[in-house]
Amino acid sequence: MIEITDLHKSYITGNTSLHVLKGIDFSVKEGELVSIMGSSGSGKSTLLNILGMLDEADSGTYTLDNTPIKNLNEKIAAQYRNKFLGFIFQSFNLISYKNAIDNVALPLYYQKVGRKERDEKAMHYLEKVGLADWADHLPNQLSGGQKQRVAIARALASDPKVLLADEPTGALDTKTSYEVMDLIQGINEEGRTILVVTHEPDIAEMTKRIVNLKDGRIIDDRLVNQIKAKAHV
Amino acid sequence: MFNIERWQEIFDTINKNKLRTFLTSLSVASGILILVILLGFSSGIENGVRTQFEQDATNRISVSTRVTTKGYKGLNPGRRLQMTNKDYENLNEKYKEQIEYKTSLYRSWGGQVNYKEKQGSYRIEGVFADQQWIENATLSQGRYISQSDIEESRKVGVIGYQMKEDLFPNTNPIGKTILLNNNINFIVVGVYTDPGGSREESRLFIPITTAQKVFNAGENIDRIAYTVKMSDNFDEAVALSAAMSESIDQDLRTKFSVAPDDRVAIRVDDTLEEAQKIYGLIDTIRAVFWFIGIGTIIAGVVGVGNIMLIVVKERTKEIGIRKALGALPSEIIWMVLQESIFITAIAGFVGLFIGVGILELVGPSIEMDFIKNPTVDFTTSITTVIILVVSGALAGFIPARRAANIKPIEALRDE
Repeated sequence: MIEITDLHKSYITGNTSLHVLKGIDFSVKEGELVSIMGSSGSGKSTLLNILGMLDEADSGTYTLDNTPIKNLNEKIAAQYRNKFLGFIFQSFNLISYKNAIDNVALPLYYQKVGRKERDEKAMHYLEKVGLADWADHLPNQLSGGQKQRVAIARALASDPKVLLADEPTGALDTKTSYEVMDLIQGINEEGRTILVVTHEPDIAEMTKRIVNLKDGRIIDDRLVNQIKAKAHV
Repeated sequence: MFNIERWQEIFDTINKNKLRTFLTSLSVASGILILVILLGFSSGIENGVRTQFEQDATNRISVSTRVTTKGYKGLNPGRRLQMTNKDYENLNEKYKEQIEYKTSLYRSWGGQVNYKEKQGSYRIEGVFADQQWIENATLSQGRYISQSDIEESRKVGVIGYQMKEDLFPNTNPIGKTILLNNNINFIVVGVYTDPGGSREESRLFIPITTAQKVFNAGENIDRIAYTVKMSDNFDEAVALSAAMSESIDQDLRTKFSVAPDDRVAIRVDDTLEEAQKIYGLIDTIRAVFWFIGIGTIIAGVVGVGNIMLIVVKERTKEIGIRKALGALPSEIIWMVLQESIFITAIAGFVGLFIGVGILELVGPSIEMDFIKNPTVDFTTSITTVIILVVSGALAGFIPARRAANIKPIEALRDE
């Protein structure tokens, strides 16, 4: 599903060049649930941004679902993001003046899906995350966990190949974190490929594979015995 | 472009920022308001000046002689110059190609006119039939003086509407006999109205031949008036008319031996040249008003542009989210542009309607000499609407570009 080889990325600020990714080789098969771990500055967010086509690598190759991702202009990047990827952010990033169902329907709007179908699909995914009754609520009427579940529904709405979650539990308390992880595990069980960036070991243990980054290199890549979040809820 | 979802988003943002939107709209609305009022008044000035001007035909040349003020070729100043029928006929013959309507005129300033027990003092003017067209008079009753009236020196008269009001308040004046200066009876054959108003309508026109007889004037005439044939090109007509006036002036100076620089003795007035100057002045006034109005709108547009920049800044994160979810740059541009056009258009329409409303309400009561019935016509309204949409688009363009260039990665970075 994801294939990257020898990925390099530097940021130039003034006269100093910061080499963030120093040759990453990494692949993810369909249906995997992978966590990317590392301390701050390890390059894990940069890697996720490149995977999410929000940023571009200096060198190296990136193939997503057999499509080479290169020479992206804004327009193509937007189309690929919409087609291939679903994003889940630490700070949810819901649009504050749209209610839950409209937030979920937004990626479908950019896919030019008609209004009726959009609302049906959005409602379906809201049911899936258990928030059908909250469809008309604005984000500020929802709790943190509920917001993240709306965001997950939104990420799923466009039926993406890969879900990219950047610290999805970073803004949540432990109990809510586990509820969210339970949901993510459930989605993975249905066969969806998911990448989670986190610095919390207990969250990482709930995925099926942990990739450890340090100073721009993968220092460790191992399969783990997944801990079911449900047991802790 | 029409897209319910996008409109809903625009209404959502506007709803969220009522005060900001209101203040922005206010600047655009007042800009348009000022433009509309200015344009209304420029059309009012135009109407006023035109009415003042079109009391008489605009393509008129009028010739009169007075007393010389300068000596010339051994002749003393203070000579009274008297034109006669002969002068009139000579000029008619010489300029027959250019002349449209022609009349000579003999007048008596204060003639006493009686009808039964009513009486009044009026100007009596002996004229040819063409006077009706040269004077821009409209017959409200009866007929004007005819060629046969002139040939037979009939004692008939055409009275102004003011005279009819004075002497025949409740009766039909046609066919009635009026008494002039207590000794000569005239039969009223017509009543005329004149755009010049009651002063112009307080005159009695009689055949020139009759006038010369009853006032013992012999062959004398006081004034000659022509209208010149108009060509399609206004500037060309002005030039022809000016050349003809100049030439008539020369003819009379030669005939009467008048100094070339004696401007009092012989006067040849060319209204067309005056008209051109005044129309030029109106054009200038209109241009100045447009300039001020457009300037005001530019100020409003800059305001909208500024606000939209702030809007884009405030919505950076939202736009980042949208782009991460797959919004194309063009969709982001349209979103911002449409909001900007929407705000300017709505605010502008409000300004337009208030402006037109004020003009409709106040306009009719403004009846000064040079401002009359200020209104904004349909074309002007359409023009302002187009200006609005274009300026809305201009105001939104830079902010929209900025929005489209937002990098989702930067917008979504957690602070």
